[in-house]
Amino acid sequence: MRDPVLTFTSNGIFCPAGGFYIDPWGRVDRALITHGHSDHARPGHARYLCTEAAAPVIRHRLGDIVLETIAYGEQRRIGDALVSFHPAGHVPGSAQIRVEVSGEIAVVSGDYKTTPDGLCEPFEPVRCHSFVSESTFGLPVFRWRPQAEVAAEIDAWWRDCAAQGVTPLLAAYSFGKAQRLMAMLDPSIGPILTHGAVENTNAVLRAQGLALPQTIQVTPDTKIADHRGALVLAPPSALGTPWARRFGAVSGGFASGWMMLRGIRRRRAVDRGFVVSDHADWDGLNEAIRETGAERVYVTHGYTEIFTRWLNTQGYDAQVVRTEFRGEAGEEDTA
Amino acid sequence: MKRFARLFAAIDATTRTSVKVAALAAYFADAPDNDRLWTVALFSGRRPRRAVTATRLREWAAERAGLPVWLVEESHPVVGDLAETIALVLPPPERDEDRSLSHWIDVLRDVAKAPEEARKTAVLAAWSAMDTPRRFLFNKLITGSFRVGVSRKLMTRALAQATARDEAELAHRLMGDWTPDNVTWHSLIEAEDPTADASRPYPFCLAHPLEAAPDTLGAPGGWLAEWKWDGIRGQLILRDGAWHLWSRGEELISDAFPEFARAADFLPPGTVIDGEVLAWEGEQPLPFAALQKRIGRKSVPKSVLQQAPAMLYAYDLLEWQGEDIRARPMAERRSILDSLLENLSTDAPIRRSPLLRFETWDDLAAQRATARDRRSEGLMLKQAASPYHAGRRRGDWWKWKLDPFTIDAVMIYAQSGSGRRANLFTDFTFAVWNGNDLVPFTKAYSGLSDEEFAEITRWVSRHTRQRFGPVRQVTPTHVFEIAFEGIQASSRHKSGVALRFPRMARWRKDKPVQEANTLDDLKAMLAAYG
Repeated sequence: MRDPVLTFTSNGIFCPAGGFYIDPWGRVDRALITHGHSDHARPGHARYLCTEAAAPVIRHRLGDIVLETIAYGEQRRIGDALVSFHPAGHVPGSAQIRVEVSGEIAVVSGDYKTTPDGLCEPFEPVRCHSFVSESTFGLPVFRWRPQAEVAAEIDAWWRDCAAQGVTPLLAAYSFGKAQRLMAMLDPSIGPILTHGAVENTNAVLRAQGLALPQTIQVTPDTKIADHRGALVLAPPSALGTPWARRFGAVSGGFASGWMMLRGIRRRRAVDRGFVVSDHADWDGLNEAIRETGAERVYVTHGYTEIFTRWLNTQGYDAQVVRTEFRGEAGEEDTA
Repeated sequence: MKRFARLFAAIDATTRTSVKVAALAAYFADAPDNDRLWTVALFSGRRPRRAVTATRLREWAAERAGLPVWLVEESHPVVGDLAETIALVLPPPERDEDRSLSHWIDVLRDVAKAPEEARKTAVLAAWSAMDTPRRFLFNKLITGSFRVGVSRKLMTRALAQATARDEAELAHRLMGDWTPDNVTWHSLIEAEDPTADASRPYPFCLAHPLEAAPDTLGAPGGWLAEWKWDGIRGQLILRDGAWHLWSRGEELISDAFPEFARAADFLPPGTVIDGEVLAWEGEQPLPFAALQKRIGRKSVPKSVLQQAPAMLYAYDLLEWQGEDIRARPMAERRSILDSLLENLSTDAPIRRSPLLRFETWDDLAAQRATARDRRSEGLMLKQAASPYHAGRRRGDWWKWKLDPFTIDAVMIYAQSGSGRRANLFTDFTFAVWNGNDLVPFTKAYSGLSDEEFAEITRWVSRHTRQRFGPVRQVTPTHVFEIAFEGIQASSRHKSGVALRFPRMARWRKDKPVQEANTLDDLKAMLAAYG
């Protein structure tokens, strides 16, 4: 039997033929990075490679690193491996990494979603023999509704708050989810105010040419009364802090795939939970895997054991791979 | 059911009680009688007889969704609720029928009588006619108690707003064993003579725990003190030649306590007594475990009646000579009770729960310290001038319990919780040392903050040794102080002991696992207090 294209080591996913790692958590010489979230793009590696579109955020977050970029679809030889990056549909710049060694193809998908969100490069299925998949929402209870329906629901809440003189404070991850929300909501309702963490990322994405709606950063001098009908976007960590108190009467919202579950919604104790996720739902995961034509599936983070068992009943050769990737912000620590 | 689903969504989307009450009141004001009657029934713990088992529901849902049953079963602990799990896995509905809440309840009641194939057909048809929120509620009607973030008290308040009636009076009307079959909206809520039902109990007055020192309550002269007993809170009703015994959980438990039939030989009709039902031996109460043989019984074997006869320790009088005297001061009610029971024959199954004499709070504290020797849990303090309130009201009744027993134990298994604690590890099994072995002796679920549960969940997911279904075996690492109210010998537990009300008092991060307590320590407690 041939050597596998990828092996799973204590430092992360490794390609022996190319001598590189993909999204490693240990410090390594050469790291290929799927996207800029902190559990995938970590500091401390000697050299980095990511897509052109992912590079600005990664530089912004990791500072002065040795970083090369690659265009989507461009092929590059690293050692004995042929490497290319393909859109994963997760956040702007996110990629699945295709690795070919002697005709054997493996794809590491990082985090992905299969439905277009109007902001990031849409997911593109890549044929392969082995597919490394997340399973953050790998249970049949997770099924997302079309984005337009959820957008209408959030817009209605925003309008309702505006009519009642309450400030809607919407919590969402500051890179990816926040920008997606800005782009999908109705800008005619009112201005969008942003927390500094969100606005910093906005600035980086605007600089690379992404069209985002106008936003106003909240500063110590911001008076909510000057921004009638505004919606405030902030990372989840800002909820319930002194920062959030400046807005007076608020209605708290939270945008996450976890809001699908009533128990988690209630535990969060927010007024409204909106089901918006940058990860594939049950149908998305199954469809993505089917379209790769892969025989072997390595299941990384999420409901790994259950999803693997399911895939095995569907005729795949699936196995769990332990990684240090996390699921969706807001509910990383699940039972 | 769309109207009911809208009500539910409004209640569920907020954490503010005023918003919940307003939504309920609006519903009560304009829903059809049958629907609002059933809504009152559901929110006061009444529900249609269970029509389908959980196993069948899972099977049918899996079949309809084209999924293996095990996958639905594995999803359940993640969601934390079977009704919700099923609502979520089902494919989108085929049509949209808007039938009323009571229509669907009638469907379920017909289903309960039908053969299995017909049950399945009816349930599948219902599922295919509803969207996810209504399916969830429909499943909830089948599977369980309808606990949806609305307490009975909130529901009663909303009902009072909607009907412009007194809340306490409504609380009383809603007591007892009515069902939507034997009452109407009018007879339950509006009709002039609600006491037509001779078995109807009064709402129980409940106490808050006393956290501060008793001198914060003012001068001791204004207070009555009694022992606090660990039995079954009971209300004994003697009316029209019949007798009824109600538990605090509003269950009619007369059948399990035939002893009280004799009460009518000693006390006049038109008498309602509040007290503690205790198992009795000689002139002393037995531990709570002696009552457990009675719970849920329709008839009681002679041996139990002989070994552990029941006694009502009376501490309050709610009705006297057919008159509701709850508004009179505690001291007056108590003195009528005392004169009523003063010369009662020792054959009567009723005793006075004695009042304690004390001059100062220190004096009372010294008596409280001896509570365990009397098989009591501590003291009850009641304001002498207070009426008998409906429900839990701060200020007039306090329970001043002894500090609980505590033991330092090692967490060895973890399981995720349900409801709002789904997807978090909250249910733990604890062990003590026996030589080099850890012997499990109790489970505990409560006592930690949300932050601590999140932290332990993180830890458990990284330190799982083995899985047994939903249960994770973890590396013995963390020590918790377990608090409990009592200890009994038990042949059903490996450790040989059973605890009463165990919970986590503290996470002892300072304590290495070797320094947890031992089985001998538990046995010593058993010998001293069991």
